[in-house]
Amino acid sequence: MILLATLLVLAVAALGWWLARRRARQVELRAHGHRDRLHSRPVYHGLYVAIWTGVPALLLLLAWIVVQGPVLDALLLSSLPQDVVRGLDENARAVLLNEIKTRAAGNALPGQPAPYVLEAVQRLLRWRAIADMAALALSLAVALAGLAFSWRRLSPSFRARKAVERAFTWLMLLCASLAVLTTVGIVLSLIFETMRFFTMVPLSEFLFGLRWEPQIAFRPDQVASSGAFGMIPVFAGTLLISAIALGFAVPVGLLSAIYLAEFASGRFRAVAKPTLEFLAGIPTVVYGFFAILTVAPAIKRFGEALGIAAAPNSALAAGLVMGIMLIPFISSLSDDALAAVPNALREGSIGLGATRAETIRHVLLPAALPGIMAGVLLAASRAIGETMIVVMAAGIIATLTLNPFEAVTTVTVQIVTLLIGDTEFDNPKTLAAFALGFVLFLVTLALNMLSMHIVRKYREQYD
Amino acid sequence: MTMTKNRDITRQAATTNDVASPVCGGECKFITRDVNVFYGEKQAIFDVSLDIPDRSVMALIGPSGCGKSTYLRCLNRMNDLIDICRVEGTFLLDGEDIYSGAIDPVLLRARVGMVFQKPNPFPKSIYENVAYGPRIHGLAKNKADLDEIVETSLRKAALWEEVKDRLDAPGTGLSGGQQQRLCIARAIATRPEVILMDEPASALDPIATARIEELIDELKENYCIVIVTHSMQQAARVSDRTAFFHLGRLIEEGPTEQIFTAPREKQTQDYITGRYG
Ligand SMILES: Nc1ncnc2c1ncn2[C@@H]1O[C@H](COP(=O)(O)OP(=O)(O)O)[C@@H](O)[C@H]1O
Ligand SMILES: [Mg+2]
Repeated sequence: MILLATLLVLAVAALGWWLARRRARQVELRAHGHRDRLHSRPVYHGLYVAIWTGVPALLLLLAWIVVQGPVLDALLLSSLPQDVVRGLDENARAVLLNEIKTRAAGNALPGQPAPYVLEAVQRLLRWRAIADMAALALSLAVALAGLAFSWRRLSPSFRARKAVERAFTWLMLLCASLAVLTTVGIVLSLIFETMRFFTMVPLSEFLFGLRWEPQIAFRPDQVASSGAFGMIPVFAGTLLISAIALGFAVPVGLLSAIYLAEFASGRFRAVAKPTLEFLAGIPTVVYGFFAILTVAPAIKRFGEALGIAAAPNSALAAGLVMGIMLIPFISSLSDDALAAVPNALREGSIGLGATRAETIRHVLLPAALPGIMAGVLLAASRAIGETMIVVMAAGIIATLTLNPFEAVTTVTVQIVTLLIGDTEFDNPKTLAAFALGFVLFLVTLALNMLSMHIVRKYREQYD
Repeated sequence: MTMTKNRDITRQAATTNDVASPVCGGECKFITRDVNVFYGEKQAIFDVSLDIPDRSVMALIGPSGCGKSTYLRCLNRMNDLIDICRVEGTFLLDGEDIYSGAIDPVLLRARVGMVFQKPNPFPKSIYENVAYGPRIHGLAKNKADLDEIVETSLRKAALWEEVKDRLDAPGTGLSGGQQQRLCIARAIATRPEVILMDEPASALDPIATARIEELIDELKENYCIVIVTHSMQQAARVSDRTAFFHLGRLIEEGPTEQIFTAPREKQTQDYITGRYG
């Protein structure tokens, strides 16, 4: 019904557009060569009417969709026998409402419904029909009112173009604020849940604790009934894996960027650059498979050859594969940074009798360093926030170690494990995920800001 | 890089002995013969033969796009850096073919320094800019030696007095004219024999330009200088000999006096009198 109403409103808007444009065209033709020409082209007359017809009515429908559900719920609850409702808590009421709605949708449920439920189903269906009709009628009325209003305002001298432009400005503002508001909302909910976590676990334990054992007892008298929430070993794991990843990706990415930017022939570049960027398009799940199936066993064998016992999900395997994922990042950003160094510097150095390698080492790299640094920081923030590869290839137990052959866990892995399965939002085990997420967010935010700051400074240098 | 069969043949024809220079007798720094330069299919220089005397200033003039820079960049093999560029002909520096396999272009560029149109100091300190060449070529035995080279180079470039108290300041922070003199000092520091300048004053204001011109006048005591300029006044002021290029061909070459007062060719006269270009 709402869909039908939407379509009807759109149809009316289209009609308004067509009518207004036609009238304006006729005026334009009649007035051809005269003084009282149209201020705005006919298309703006059409758009003006269409906006006034469509937008308010569609907004009304949107509001209706949002409001209808809760209002009907409230009405249903108050129409049920009071003695039934009073005995129920919030959850039970939701379950009851759900049962009514499910039956109203015609789906079978086990058991015989109580008579008051059946009555409520009938009521709900009746109310819904009324609400739908009302929505249809009201939105059509609003649309027609908008049409009439804008139609009467139109005249040859009316500045429809300006009005339409203003409407589009508002539309753009709306879209822009939507993105910003969503971000703010996400951050706020993160902060909110994090604060709830810290009412249960002290901040100092979280920040400085060396044990991470988030298992919460199902029964109060169980052994080890309270968990430990020290984030140090978890973050240490993230740092270890990220360091391995960067330690691999930075040299490889940087050297390949230098080769591509300064030495490679045009033909090699034409093949190698897209190939590198293709690496960036591989889903991280696939990297995860690669880590488990190929890299981890290889490292285990390698460790055995050296006489080191390597865990099947060693930090080294996850880190190396993550490093492969980061190579295109670093190489493409470093390549950009090198390409941005003015050619005059290159020629200046070569003109003094420096070789290509000397030019790169003494002039190009120092000049491109800020851009390269920014790339490395961005890659670091990617590494720290990377989830899929480590979920598949890293461990779950938080061990505080620097040995890359051991299994460690990471912040992202912990967040995933904490939230998987049946979880309630009022125990520290679940809320700990938000606290971890919040700290992670702060770290990557800081890294991104730092790299943006560096890039900005670097831009000024060559303007 | 740009060795072609064609060039090998021309080299056989023109050895040092064949090319007695009509212009400067034994004093010639550069002798160039039958130079043709191509960018891909497009030819930019046609059959240019030009002699450049030592310890003097040779000006290359001509309308924009006539190949002055292209010719200049052949003299220190800077065109090697451009993939599509192909150079044919003979270039003798002190009688030695600079395009032969026996010459390392890297060492050649230390002998034939270059100053570019736009000042291009490295993003390093003033000191490091000047010390760059000597460090690379190992010209200084120790720090004191290097200090000495930096100071004399800056003095020769008439910049020492202005920067001696801030040698650690970035070279990019100097004014345009100072930057260009820094680039000249940087070129001098590698102890070149020839200095090529491609419109070295075109990005500078009149006062800075005058300083550069004075400097060129002093430098020619010790160096062979080849300068490209689009300003005829500048050519008339600073050069001893002038070569006029047009559409990739060398139209006329001679003492600057003669070129500006009694050009033999009509095209030269038209250009000098401002009828085109
Ligand atoms: N890197 C290049 N690639 C292709 N063509 C070039 C290149 N550099 C110069 N040319 C061409 O060669 C001709 C001579 O250029 P140039 O030597 O720069 O002239 P000038 O310095 O006298 O203004 C011009 O037609 C120019 O378009
Ligand atoms: Mg030029």
